[in-house]
Amino acid sequence: MSDVLTMTARSFRLTRRQLDSLFTALALPVLLMLLFVGLFGGAIRTGTGAGYVTYVLPGVLVLCAGFGAAITAVSVSQDMTGGIIDRFRSMDVRGPAILAGHVAASIARNIASTILVFGVACLIGFRPHASLPGWLAAAGLLLAFILAVSWLAAAYGLAVKTPEAANGFLFLVAFLPYASSAFVPVDTMPGWIQGFARNQPVTPVTQSLRGLLLGTPVGTAPWAALAWLGGILAVSLVFSGVLFSRRTA
Amino acid sequence: MNGIDRADSSGALAIEAIGLKKSFGAVRVLDGVDLAVPAGIVFALLGPNGAGKTTTVRILATLTRADAGRARVAGHDVEHERHRVRRGISLAGQYAAVDGLQTGAENLRMMGRLSGLSPLQARRRAGDLLEQFGLAAAGNRRVGTYSGGMRRRLDLAASLTGTPSVIFLDEPTTGLDLPSRQALWRVIGDLADKGVTVFLTTQYLEEADLLASRIAVIDGGRVVADGSPGDLKKLIAGQRLDLVLADGAAFDAVTRLAGDRAVTADPAGLTIGVATGGSAGEVRALLDEFDPDRSAVRSFSVHSTTLDDVFLALTSRTAGRPETEPSRV
Repeated sequence: MSDVLTMTARSFRLTRRQLDSLFTALALPVLLMLLFVGLFGGAIRTGTGAGYVTYVLPGVLVLCAGFGAAITAVSVSQDMTGGIIDRFRSMDVRGPAILAGHVAASIARNIASTILVFGVACLIGFRPHASLPGWLAAAGLLLAFILAVSWLAAAYGLAVKTPEAANGFLFLVAFLPYASSAFVPVDTMPGWIQGFARNQPVTPVTQSLRGLLLGTPVGTAPWAALAWLGGILAVSLVFSGVLFSRRTA
Repeated sequence: MNGIDRADSSGALAIEAIGLKKSFGAVRVLDGVDLAVPAGIVFALLGPNGAGKTTTVRILATLTRADAGRARVAGHDVEHERHRVRRGISLAGQYAAVDGLQTGAENLRMMGRLSGLSPLQARRRAGDLLEQFGLAAAGNRRVGTYSGGMRRRLDLAASLTGTPSVIFLDEPTTGLDLPSRQALWRVIGDLADKGVTVFLTTQYLEEADLLASRIAVIDGGRVVADGSPGDLKKLIAGQRLDLVLADGAAFDAVTRLAGDRAVTADPAGLTIGVATGGSAGEVRALLDEFDPDRSAVRSFSVHSTTLDDVFLALTSRTAGRPETEPSRV
């Protein structure tokens, strides 16, 4: 356990000092949101009656969690391909502690970027109408999403051979929100993609977040979201364990 | 009494390896490596690139599993008691394993914490090590700004944050300039004085000769010689007679006559080195034997044997043969 804390402190320091990555994780989501709201917002009819910023915020939060997690895939890959993994192993630091350090740093990074994005959203017209339980549920769900996608990123970083390839995780997490209800309602998409868009993890997550923050009914979306996230987390944990032992055999 | 003594001396082995084999795909890297390293000495595993040095270290340090054979390090089996072995060892290598984005002090404090020290102990230990390795002034700078030599010193310091009884140094000075190498040599010498067993791999004979009290020469995945630097030098007579031959035919003829006595053979330079006691009589007898017609040998010279000769003799026998064979056919 103390190893996990030490590795977390390490990942925090490394993150703070990688300014370009930190810029990606913090500034890019804000820029994206301004882009969506400013350029596309006028053209997109979401049918919710509220401004586009209100519709799009959950999607941007999910997108920025993905960007933040992509740094984790690269950091894990860097550790595995540099000499430091040999030192950690020869010091009997276990694989899960090394990965957990990266995941913890990813969560911290993402909480910071979420707060930043949320603040900017409020400045440009986002008006939440959530009850206290709604706030807590939204925060919890977003945290669960960040946790799951961060472990997925760690597993991805173990699966690929180079840090450059690990960067491809960015593409994966950037693609899923676009093909979901995050930025435009699913009904406006071509028929063939609607089935995918309705049945992928980002859609129930953004729907739940939107409903919880605006105080509108969410139906079963949160449960579907939690089931997806639980599944992703479980698969990522198992895979990262298997991949770590294979990489270090 | 005798039996107890023997038990004691075998218990004092810090590293013992028997018949280690390892292949990567079709490439056999280790082909039955046997090693016995008494506790508290500096032991050098000497060999050319690709001889199997790094693979041997990785198996002994529990980072890679051997295909066959077994090994005990710091009193425990590397296969079945990995975690116990890891508590008794540390590793520093060719590729300095420290974080470039952390400062020297931060790296050392982190390693100290991972070695089980309290935050306060880790801080003190980091300060002591920075001092000891001549890095105190650079302690608060990011490692990314360090020179190659400073990085290696920090890497070595990082391997000392715990209290290892066996330290593996995999080519610690490869690629460093001479002053940096000399600085590292001093540090390694100090380690041995403290009773730690140092297992060093190197391709530099000078380094092995200077630091180690025992040397094993590895080539083609096998230990081809094992002993003190003095023992190894004795493997070859005190002097070496270098013959420069007239042409390729003369080179082939003399190579055939010299057989195993040839310790070096350079077909391109038409030169053969032969072990000899060095007296005028012996040199004359060798010249007469190899060159009865007095036409094959163009010139000769006599040198004292160095560890280089031993190394060349031991490693060129395996490497050189296949090259000279086809030229005769």
